[in-house]
Amino acid sequence: MNKIIPIGPYHPLQEEPELFRLYCEGEIVKDVKWETGYNHRGIEKLSESKTFDQVFFLVERICGICSTSHPFAFANCLEEIAGIDIPNRAKYIRSIIGELERLHSHLLWVGLAGHFLGYNTVFMWAWKYREPVLDLFEMITGNRNSYAMFKIGGVRRDIENDKIQRIRETLDHIREKTDLLTGAIMDDPVIHARTKGVGILTREDILDFAAVGPTARASGVDIDIRRDDPYAAYPLVNWKVITAREGDVFAKAEVRLLEMYESISIIEQCLDGLKKEKEGDIAVVVDEIPEGMGTGRAEAPRGEVFHFVKTDGSNYPVRHKIRAPSYVNIATFRKSCIGHTLSDATLALAAVDPCYCCTERLAVAYDIDTGKKILNGRELVELSAKRTCGLK
Amino acid sequence: MGKELLYYLVFPGFIFLAFVGGLFSWADRKISAWVQFRKGPPLLQPFYDFFKLLLVKETILPSRGSKLTFLLAPVFGLAGALLSGIMILLPAFGLRQGFSGDVIVIFYMLTIPSLTYIIGALAAGNPLASVGASREVKLVISYELTFLLAIAAIISKSGMVTGLHQIIAVQQSQGAFAGSFSGILLVAVFVLCIQAKLGFVPFDMAEAETEITHGCFIEYSGAAYSLIKLTKYMMLFILPAFLCAMLLGGFRFNGIGFLWAFLKLIGVLLLITLIRNTNPRIRIDQAMRFFLIWMNLLVIVAIILDYFNF
Repeated sequence: MNKIIPIGPYHPLQEEPELFRLYCEGEIVKDVKWETGYNHRGIEKLSESKTFDQVFFLVERICGICSTSHPFAFANCLEEIAGIDIPNRAKYIRSIIGELERLHSHLLWVGLAGHFLGYNTVFMWAWKYREPVLDLFEMITGNRNSYAMFKIGGVRRDIENDKIQRIRETLDHIREKTDLLTGAIMDDPVIHARTKGVGILTREDILDFAAVGPTARASGVDIDIRRDDPYAAYPLVNWKVITAREGDVFAKAEVRLLEMYESISIIEQCLDGLKKEKEGDIAVVVDEIPEGMGTGRAEAPRGEVFHFVKTDGSNYPVRHKIRAPSYVNIATFRKSCIGHTLSDATLALAAVDPCYCCTERLAVAYDIDTGKKILNGRELVELSAKRTCGLK
Repeated sequence: MGKELLYYLVFPGFIFLAFVGGLFSWADRKISAWVQFRKGPPLLQPFYDFFKLLLVKETILPSRGSKLTFLLAPVFGLAGALLSGIMILLPAFGLRQGFSGDVIVIFYMLTIPSLTYIIGALAAGNPLASVGASREVKLVISYELTFLLAIAAIISKSGMVTGLHQIIAVQQSQGAFAGSFSGILLVAVFVLCIQAKLGFVPFDMAEAETEITHGCFIEYSGAAYSLIKLTKYMMLFILPAFLCAMLLGGFRFNGIGFLWAFLKLIGVLLLITLIRNTNPRIRIDQAMRFFLIWMNLLVIVAIILDYFNF
């Protein structure tokens, strides 16, 4: 007998609105269908009504967790259009912010993964060790989240040289705690039993679904925008892309944990680089953005963030297209869930670290002949009500 | 008759069980909080939870499914927990009056709460509850055999006496069973069975919050859920007490005996809570394999060791 096990729209597994219908036979998932679209914020449209400086604050709010990756990609995009080269000090600061964000995002994921496994101690410990990273953010940028550090041509605030020592001390502390967490997770036989061989995505699956980020790297696909399309200070420092071959949940955890060490190393090298640059030289003045089109990419903790901007010489973007990494990663659920038990499927869902609200967009279709909207606002509300009734 | 009723309702019956169970639940939460660098709840929090559910919260009934079965299941679960508690605590506290059943009856009574969870979940008409129920059934099937085998091993250790007070008497004259190799193995098996009976991590797959959102109990609310909570509080005290009586030499209430009784109970609770906080949840098939193969094997080893007087 087939039964539908719903995950969502509100479910403790994922603290975002989404609906997965798992068609189960006993405990085995036979098919999965999902509906997103519970959260529409109109970011792309909104962006077209704001000046370039304001858009930075807007795109920062796309994702609450990787809130620097979108401004990062947007800045790359505008700087490509305007052909600006930013000062080295700004490059280092951008990379430091980006890597600190990766640290806190990966720690957050490790904690959540523990929670999904029913291992609440890992949840609490990982989040406790994440706190110093947020404190660093507060010291550097004034905010624990949504840092407002980026602007066209550089960054808004400098990391003064006298702060470097404090950052180093915190990084040492974080490295110590990461050792502890990595040891606790990598050597726990029960975690092995629960995550190894679960939700396997092969290299071919990743290429088929065009998945990105740690999800792809855990399956042996060696992609990383920081290396493949160098930006900010990443070409100036030594680091390596972490990959694993197994493609299961354990490999994804492994990749994320090891990436944290790389992040710490990148930040330390960037701090060395900062010392060589003149203090205060953090931005170039940009008077206007010429007409043109540009793309910007950045490696968010979850994978590649893609921004496309079209400008017409005014100070507003004419078109702004955003693609968040979860958009491609979510599709891999078809492969990683079907044929597994319900327990494993929920784990596979969480393993790609999906961010539904960041990825949701609304497409409006116009009839070519009449020029009218095919679905208008009222019809959408009716459709929503009908669907909600149908959920019972 | 009046005294008998007092046994059932006040001490060591309903009120005592509920009160100590609530305190044990608090201790469990507080220890978990310490392990996790949190502050933890105030002492009376379990009672606040219970009375709020019982008196304040609305009881919402599922529109599909059998409402009567749904509502009666927690009542029977509570009754099962209460009866098993009295049968364990009367001999354990040295109060011989009333029914002094043998351990097999206690074994049956201890199964009742799990069975009522299953019945209540199946009556709820919710797909997540039915997944929870099917997991609970599988879990009960796998750990009950181990539990029964462990009890049989203890009976054989105590010279084939089946009354709980006799088992305690044997231990109090010859020393606790946990003092031997086979006894230590049995304690380990017993603790893991308790873990499964309480539905604690790593065996909490029947209510697995992040998979099936509290599975068996998803539809319960208000007063009906408060009874389930009370049953769980009681079981959290009854099962460690049962372990103490069966393997750790029972309790003696004279001078230093109070301290020992307290330490034994808290020690078992600490062990359960630490296991709960240092393991992830395992899958139901892994749990079945764990009990049906490894734990049963361990009990058989214990019985063989006992045969050679280790």
